[in-house]
Amino acid sequence: MNAMAAELPALGNQLFQLPTGDTISQILSMLSYVFFIVLIFYGQRIQMYMMIREVEGSLYKLKYMKEEGRKTAIETIKEIGKPQTDPSDRVDRYLEYFTISPQSMDPAGIVWKLDHILDVRDTRLKDEVKLMAPATDEVQVNNLENTLEAAMALNYIYKVVRHFYIQGKKTLSLYIIMQLQMILPLVMKEAEAYARALKAFAFGQPIGDGAGALVAAKLMHGYEVRKAPKDCVVATALIEGRTAFIIKAEGPGGNVGKPGDAVKAVIDENEGKIASVIMIDAGLKLEGEGVGEVAEGIGAAIGGPGVDQFKIEESLLEYHIPINAVIVKEDIGDAVSPMRKEISDAVDKAIERVKSVILERTKEGDKIIIVGVGNTIGIGQ
Amino acid sequence: MSETSSSGTAKISTFVLMIVLIVLALSLVAIALAVNAFILRQEIVAGYLLVIGFIAMTLSAYVLLQSRRRVMSMKIANPSMMTMIECRKCGSKSVREFQRGDYVFKELGPCEKCPDDKMMITAIYKEVKEKEKASPF
Repeated sequence: MNAMAAELPALGNQLFQLPTGDTISQILSMLSYVFFIVLIFYGQRIQMYMMIREVEGSLYKLKYMKEEGRKTAIETIKEIGKPQTDPSDRVDRYLEYFTISPQSMDPAGIVWKLDHILDVRDTRLKDEVKLMAPATDEVQVNNLENTLEAAMALNYIYKVVRHFYIQGKKTLSLYIIMQLQMILPLVMKEAEAYARALKAFAFGQPIGDGAGALVAAKLMHGYEVRKAPKDCVVATALIEGRTAFIIKAEGPGGNVGKPGDAVKAVIDENEGKIASVIMIDAGLKLEGEGVGEVAEGIGAAIGGPGVDQFKIEESLLEYHIPINAVIVKEDIGDAVSPMRKEISDAVDKAIERVKSVILERTKEGDKIIIVGVGNTIGIGQ
Repeated sequence: MSETSSSGTAKISTFVLMIVLIVLALSLVAIALAVNAFILRQEIVAGYLLVIGFIAMTLSAYVLLQSRRRVMSMKIANPSMMTMIECRKCGSKSVREFQRGDYVFKELGPCEKCPDDKMMITAIYKEVKEKEKASPF
């Protein structure tokens, strides 16, 4: 017992004694060997964990954006709509809405089926907004619908990314994680654009996509405006000695209208005697191109699910009417976020281009149709 | 889906913060031991401990900065929107901050210079400063 007590301080001294230089260099060289061997056998797995971590960081950001979207939507509904009850549950239900596209095994007539489904969806969502926010007028209903749709898009993006992240983690499949990590910068860019769009929609500010609508609004301003199908307006103006029927979605609420129906109605009214149709829209720019560049071409310049493009092309084909297009270039982020000064300034350049197309492609006394395509939020007429 | 969860997402994780603090403390201990070894004239040991201490300290500072940067990048900057008001008759222009309810072609109060005519909103836009580096292409 006494011997043991005598040995204890010596053992303590040994334990707390600093190792010599040789020992440390041996440990470090052993560690480097271990590190090398681990890298050989587990290199890919380590790379995967790094990718997972990167995706995780983006997922946190997406979660934040999704929650901000929901919060903005609820706050705006409470502020504008003056609801009697808390709209949070209804908003959560709205964010989970889905649309099933029509069956395409027999594609004949699919456009009309899709058109019908989109109409039902639009009516249903507008009704929901009216229930959530009873004290709103038509313009505010449209703006709120747009706000909720941006929140819905953020919610969906978050859920899809989360799905692949969890699946990749569960299966430890490098390829699932790798695919997700590769497309993530583009997904994040789109999500950030929607996050910026939230405030624009909530406050009713014009967005980049409204460039075409702004061109039409400037051309029709000062002329008598009448309603056209569906959610569109048309004005008859005299431009360079031609009678121009200028069409745009009815503003200033967030609305894209159905220009396909409006164009068909105007062509039918004039029994097909239209010399040219000119469409103006925001077009996606390639990297390296400047925001607000104006370009000219042929074809129906209109995005979306394709229903309106189909209708316009059908109407034009019936009477063999030529179609010209003018686009204002911008990227996806600019299209759904508040309008940049470059785009606002490009509107005057687009008007000049439209006028030159009119002068070059039509004769004095002709009838023409000018369609300003895009979301007309924050743009009157 | 709680109301406060958004702020929670935008915070540095407590777990990460704890690990960083532990590594930071260990790095300080390594530096203290290095000083001790230097006093005991064990220069090689002191050198190793000093290197380990500084590497650990740099790493923990880097992780902390990275976490902070992640939190900062969560916030989405909303540049201020401007509304341009114009008198179509005398051409006088003014620019002010956007107010809820503004829209392009909205008629406002009478012009100060020509009271018979009303001012009108002619543009609403945001100004973005490009951060992109000049490319030869």
